[in-house]
Amino acid sequence: MTSKSSIVIAREYLTRVRKKSFIIMTIIGPLLFAAVIIGPAWFATLEDREVRVIAVIDSSRLFIDQIPETDYLKFEYLENVTVDEVREKFDDTDYYAVLYIAHIITSTPSAVQLMSDRQPSLNIRMHISNAIEKELERLKLAAYNIDDLDRILESVRTNVTIRTIIWQDDGGEKESFSELAMIVGYVGGFLIYFFIFLFGAQVMRGVIEEKTSRVVEIIVSSVRPFQLMLGKIVGIGMVGLTQFLLWVVLSLTLVVISQQLFFPDLGTPSSETVVAEDLFSSSTLQQSQPIESESSARFMEMFASVSAINFSVMLFSFLFYFLGGYLLYASLFAAIGSAVDNETDTQQFMLPITIPLIIAIIVMMNAIMNPYGPIAFWFSIIPFTSPIIMMARIPFGVPVWEVALSAGLLVLTFIFTTWLAGKIYRTGILMYGKKVNYKELWKWIRYQG
Amino acid sequence: MEFFSAREVTKSFVNHRALDKVSMSVPEKSIYGLLGPNGAGKTTLIRIVNQITAPDDGELTLNGRTLKPADTYRIGYMPEERGLYKKMKVGEQALYFARLKGLDKKTATKRLKHWFEKFDIQSWWGKKVEELSKGMQQKVQFIITIIHEPELLIFDEPFSGFDPINTNLLKKEITGIRDRGTTIIFSTHNMGSVEELCDHITLIDNSRSIIDGPVQEIRNSFKLDIYRVGFEGDPQKLYGLLSPAYEVLELTGGLTGHTARIKVHRKSDDNLLLKQLIPHLHITSFTEEIPSMNDIFIDQVEKQKKKTPNPKASQ
Repeated sequence: MTSKSSIVIAREYLTRVRKKSFIIMTIIGPLLFAAVIIGPAWFATLEDREVRVIAVIDSSRLFIDQIPETDYLKFEYLENVTVDEVREKFDDTDYYAVLYIAHIITSTPSAVQLMSDRQPSLNIRMHISNAIEKELERLKLAAYNIDDLDRILESVRTNVTIRTIIWQDDGGEKESFSELAMIVGYVGGFLIYFFIFLFGAQVMRGVIEEKTSRVVEIIVSSVRPFQLMLGKIVGIGMVGLTQFLLWVVLSLTLVVISQQLFFPDLGTPSSETVVAEDLFSSSTLQQSQPIESESSARFMEMFASVSAINFSVMLFSFLFYFLGGYLLYASLFAAIGSAVDNETDTQQFMLPITIPLIIAIIVMMNAIMNPYGPIAFWFSIIPFTSPIIMMARIPFGVPVWEVALSAGLLVLTFIFTTWLAGKIYRTGILMYGKKVNYKELWKWIRYQG
Repeated sequence: MEFFSAREVTKSFVNHRALDKVSMSVPEKSIYGLLGPNGAGKTTLIRIVNQITAPDDGELTLNGRTLKPADTYRIGYMPEERGLYKKMKVGEQALYFARLKGLDKKTATKRLKHWFEKFDIQSWWGKKVEELSKGMQQKVQFIITIIHEPELLIFDEPFSGFDPINTNLLKKEITGIRDRGTTIIFSTHNMGSVEELCDHITLIDNSRSIIDGPVQEIRNSFKLDIYRVGFEGDPQKLYGLLSPAYEVLELTGGLTGHTARIKVHRKSDDNLLLKQLIPHLHITSFTEEIPSMNDIFIDQVEKQKKKTPNPKASQ
């Protein structure tokens, strides 16, 4: 039994790991993550490369030369023309848009119109409305004739930062940074969601492939169907783990290399701070620049707290909840694959699998805001959502009994779903040309033989 | 000597009964034909022999002992719907299946090299299956089926997809394997190959075994006492010559002579027929018509249909 299963596992693992798509994913995965973070900012700068000129017709004459310009946004103030006149010649000019400010602007703030032959971008609208608001505010304040207005305003403006302190059972105090815990929780939970879908779907596709190519009939003449199903699930799970570990190693290498290149003074950091800096790479950037002492100190504290998050606990719980969640869902994916003749037929059965996962992702948003609330608690206990929700809660610190309960239930449930899936699988893989519904599946589950 | 047997095997699925007390006894070193129309239950029986599914009732034995899970190593199976991993390389794939059948890597590689050489397909080793034509894939499938040198081989429609040259090659291999001591169960609709290859058959219809036994005996038992007489001379003479015990069913003429199919109503009268003809006609040939397996198959299945209106047909 063991040797046959290991042959199946080896095939499932090796054929996938050697695939070009796996190697490409492994290499571009970390780059892709970086791109997701950096990309939007980069695109935003790209968009602004084009210099846009906006014609301003200001009949209130309050804003002439008052709207701040940027490198890519210029304003041209037109005198003695009407909107209609500009509109007639609009195609011959290089104007991006025409801004009309009516003279009643001080009493009617909506008396501003931005006109163009296309939808002006949100950024530009924000820029203009901010500028006009500010200018109006300044004008209105100035009307009160207060002395030393600028100095008063300067002294009134205050930024408040709240430090959260957690009282420890041993009487000590620990400063927590919920922003950081939120990020770590979010990334962990999301990765599990992503991995379950990615590799669960691979299990399903693998089963369908074997069924439609009829290989399955030859294999089950030497291996029991349950062994084949389990071999496939375990093999693909190992592919997932390999991918994850390679990503971790690659990201660390990337960080270390870029540090050596850009910040050689820091020397070779210990692995723990590397992870910390990986998560907070923006802070390393800021550190090299002179920054205000207050926020600099805060960053240093944050660094200390990054080290306070126990990364070995995080890694261990990630591996546990990834495997538990994967095993739970992969067997269901395998059962679906066995019940259909092709991928398009999977739709009706996918719903019960996708719904709990999507609920989990929605609840996760709530859980990272309020990690000790009843919603977060219950969804981190229920096995179908616990891998994602508990993973999101763990960075905030979760009582041991809750983790134990959730882990225990998860193990029991994946044993149950695997058993259930095995029953569907063994009948399904040999059944062709039949539209299967839930009633039929139920018969397969109850069928003894 | 009996090598494999099934006794009163019964199997029901959720919606219907697939096998109803089917028995068969496969002699050692023989080729045993498993015949039957589509949906008769052949595939279910084959799956039970392969222990892919378990019977609800009945007993299976291999070499005198009850069939057990480890016996899958001693059985080779080529399903009707051939299946290979399309994206996997031929050699790697063959190795995988060989190892699932209990061979170690070294032995498997050695044997595979031998068969690849024999079929002159060494160059396919590193190719992906999807690059091969259907006939080429069949050859690979055949090698995979026999690589662990099973004692019992099961072929389900082995010739489908082969061209005549490769069909012959395969036939030669199958009889060769039989001669070296392997017992073969052979499921097919191709009655020509049944007559050519099979020693024994079982005909399954509507979940039941309706005929079984040695091919020659079965064919003989379905003889209709029809004789085929070749002669030269005036064919009209024939009608006046024969006594009422004989009936001319068909008369065909050609350049070299005529052929008549004559039905003998009483068994003992076949020599007498010749006696009546010889004085008047020049007889060139005289043979008894033995029904082909094809005729027997169609005849029996039709008869069965009339006897029991097939409940499955309405589904």
